[in-house]
Amino acid sequence: MLFFTRWKAAAILLMALVVCLFAVPNFFPERTVKTWPEWAQRRIVLGLDLQGGSSILLQVDTNEIRKTQLQGVYEDVLRVLREARIPFTGRAIKGSSVEVHITRDTDLDAALAKLRDLSQPMTGVLASTGQRTLNITNNGNTVTLTPSDPAVLERVRQAVDQSIEIIQRRVNGLGLVEPTIQRQGTDRVLVQVPGLKDPQELIDILGKTAKLDFRMVDLTMTVEQAKETHPSDSEILQGENGEQYLVEKRVLVSGSDLTNAQPSFDQQTGQPVVSFQFNSTGARKFYDVTAHNIGKPFAIVLDNKVISAPVIQAAINGAGQITGNFTVKSANDLAVLLRAGALPAPLTVVEQRTVGPGLGQDSINAGEHAAYAGAALVIIFMLATYGLFGLFANIAVAVNVAMIFGVLSLLGATLTLPGIAGIVLTVGIAVDSNVLIYERIREEVRAGRSAINAIDAGFTRALATILDSNITTFIAAAVLFYIGTGTVRGFAVTLGVGILTTLFTAFTLTRLIVAYWVRLFRPRVVPI
Amino acid sequence: MRLLRIVPDNTKFDFMRFRRISFPVSALLSIAAILLFFFHGLNFGIDFIGGTLIEVQNKAGPADLAKMRTTMQGLQLGEVQLQEFGSPDVVLIRISQQPGGDAAQQVAVQKVREALGDTVDYRRVEVVGPSVSTELLSYGTIGLVLAIFAILIYLWFRFEWQFALGAMIANVHDIVLTVGFMSLTHVDFDLTSIAALLTILGYSLNDTVVIYDRIREMLRRYKRMPMPDLLNASVNATLSRSIITHVTVAMSLLALLLFGGQAIHSFTATMMFGVVLVGTYTSVFIASPILIYLGVGSHRTGGQELEEAEAPATDAAATPAAAQSPQRSRRR
Repeated sequence: MLFFTRWKAAAILLMALVVCLFAVPNFFPERTVKTWPEWAQRRIVLGLDLQGGSSILLQVDTNEIRKTQLQGVYEDVLRVLREARIPFTGRAIKGSSVEVHITRDTDLDAALAKLRDLSQPMTGVLASTGQRTLNITNNGNTVTLTPSDPAVLERVRQAVDQSIEIIQRRVNGLGLVEPTIQRQGTDRVLVQVPGLKDPQELIDILGKTAKLDFRMVDLTMTVEQAKETHPSDSEILQGENGEQYLVEKRVLVSGSDLTNAQPSFDQQTGQPVVSFQFNSTGARKFYDVTAHNIGKPFAIVLDNKVISAPVIQAAINGAGQITGNFTVKSANDLAVLLRAGALPAPLTVVEQRTVGPGLGQDSINAGEHAAYAGAALVIIFMLATYGLFGLFANIAVAVNVAMIFGVLSLLGATLTLPGIAGIVLTVGIAVDSNVLIYERIREEVRAGRSAINAIDAGFTRALATILDSNITTFIAAAVLFYIGTGTVRGFAVTLGVGILTTLFTAFTLTRLIVAYWVRLFRPRVVPI
Repeated sequence: MRLLRIVPDNTKFDFMRFRRISFPVSALLSIAAILLFFFHGLNFGIDFIGGTLIEVQNKAGPADLAKMRTTMQGLQLGEVQLQEFGSPDVVLIRISQQPGGDAAQQVAVQKVREALGDTVDYRRVEVVGPSVSTELLSYGTIGLVLAIFAILIYLWFRFEWQFALGAMIANVHDIVLTVGFMSLTHVDFDLTSIAALLTILGYSLNDTVVIYDRIREMLRRYKRMPMPDLLNASVNATLSRSIITHVTVAMSLLALLLFGGQAIHSFTATMMFGVVLVGTYTSVFIASPILIYLGVGSHRTGGQELEEAEAPATDAAATPAAAQSPQRSRRR
């Protein structure tokens, strides 16, 4: 136990040194570190609870995605059957399926063949399952088409991916610094913005679907008449100030046809407006419509609300502006939203945590003070209890803490306040491994062994115990990491890393130090 | 230099005899804890019941709690609790979950911001919606159960099943008592509390495993020593380590408790109770003696003592006579 070959000793020291060195970038300002080679730049990221900032968890409305998907299937069914000139009745969306009744028995086989073409084999990772996008069954002449589970999942996945992209563009559009945006689970997106004090603006921006349509105002009847007759092609929409418009359901041009949007000022009134450009298809469509409807009002509809309903003065070609009750800020926000594009489904904020910079700094200070106080207490206690061996233990613990910082930097882990607590606690248990060894040595001495024998036996027997006891704590840390979120995960990381470094120092470094001391001084009595 | 000896060498305290006290006491305390849990309840934080937590610092010195309370009540946000947090100018505002799903929670924050305006600094704003809080609670519970079973399986592989079972009983005992403590002191029960419980579990087991390791070693070496004596010898042999380790852990926790700030105060307080008080007691007075009832060592063959020359200096094992007569060793 006390014999180390020269290369082995060198390997242990080298490893400890290298891991400790990875902690070095944390002690220099970020700007200095940026000039270092790439591999030396890794550092510990301070959690939002320490540096201040906002963390927002958004949920994608999966019901809405399913609805859109089902609507798509419904339209496909109508299209396919009409193209094939197969008469049908009773088409409807029922629950999570589309149902259609084929009128003539003789058409059934042809209809089924056509409808089966709609069902594609799954692609990507799900291809191997052999599943298709639609499950098609028929009961007599009634055909039911249901999107398969993997197809729904895939659609949700795509929608979340798309949402992440759009969120990214919106957040960048607001000019926020270093945001991280990541998927969480199947249908959630976590947005974290360091340094953000009031997330309300961001929440407002992210909460908008930003679905922009240009539609004609229905002038065939008044709003009051429409409330009684319920026209099938028009709907009543609210305006910005509670006024009501009767607007055609048909969308002339949508927000996806925009290529650019900028806040600007109306040249005549000086009011803030949003000016936009269409792509070529959008421009052509818009020109056609406006050319045919001069003198009539059209509605600019954002998320089912009428922003404004200007009267068409002349045919509009390629570019235009949206007027409304804008302030400079709201015009800018709308431009950001339009540039980023519409979300595939609405987002809801399900969790929001914001820490101001004052509390963050307080927490860092508190963590530091606690760490110093804890370390001081433990160092003194160990020296008082074990003397020289206490010093060895303190060296091992110091290296241990440095290594924790090294590993955390290497992992680019996030340090949170509970994480600091984890490190302080690690100091407490790192000494435990030494205590186990030393107590065992004391016992062996009492049993009458010679100094060197006792030390050797002490290490051999204690190390098995150290391994067992630390693995149980490690299991707890692993579970905590798995179930935990945010700051709690930070605690699990430091605790887990702390256990690994503790095992390393106990099994190698402490032993190496004691072995060298034995070799140098050939002690007859163990001084503990 | 004379070194500190917290536990004198050759301590031979008859821990096993205390099982007649410790078991009923623990049973009573556990029942009390369970009753507390059901009738007094836990002070669930917003992590688990949803709602809003706002920490504000009054810009003009100490905050007028009464005045703020009136302002908050005017907002009609349901139950609103205000509490001084750490220093007189810092106030913690807790707003219960608003009806109307996830989206409705954000509105509460807006209202408070409008009402308090620029008179305060917002140190912390946390809003947890109903869908997340339900999940967090179930994840937390699943996590605890999962951890207990993972550890149980590990111990089962490393030791015999009786040890695993004994450790698990001790484990559940720790968790129950700590939850009782949390109920009694009414500390916030949130995600960090789950972290605290899991850590307590880890440490308590750590302790139990150290003793169990020794018991296993003794079982192999002293085939004929009566179980109570063998357990006593094992606990006594590891006693010094247990105490020294807990003193160091307690020192770390004390540092966190004194300097770690309000944010982790309930976390460290819970840990202090769980690790230092319960964990240590459990491993010595519950986890070890319970092995007698679980039948550890009852099927040992009465072979010769091995390595007699190496017998440790504990009295119980020092003489073969003691090994054969448990009564006598107990009387000492």
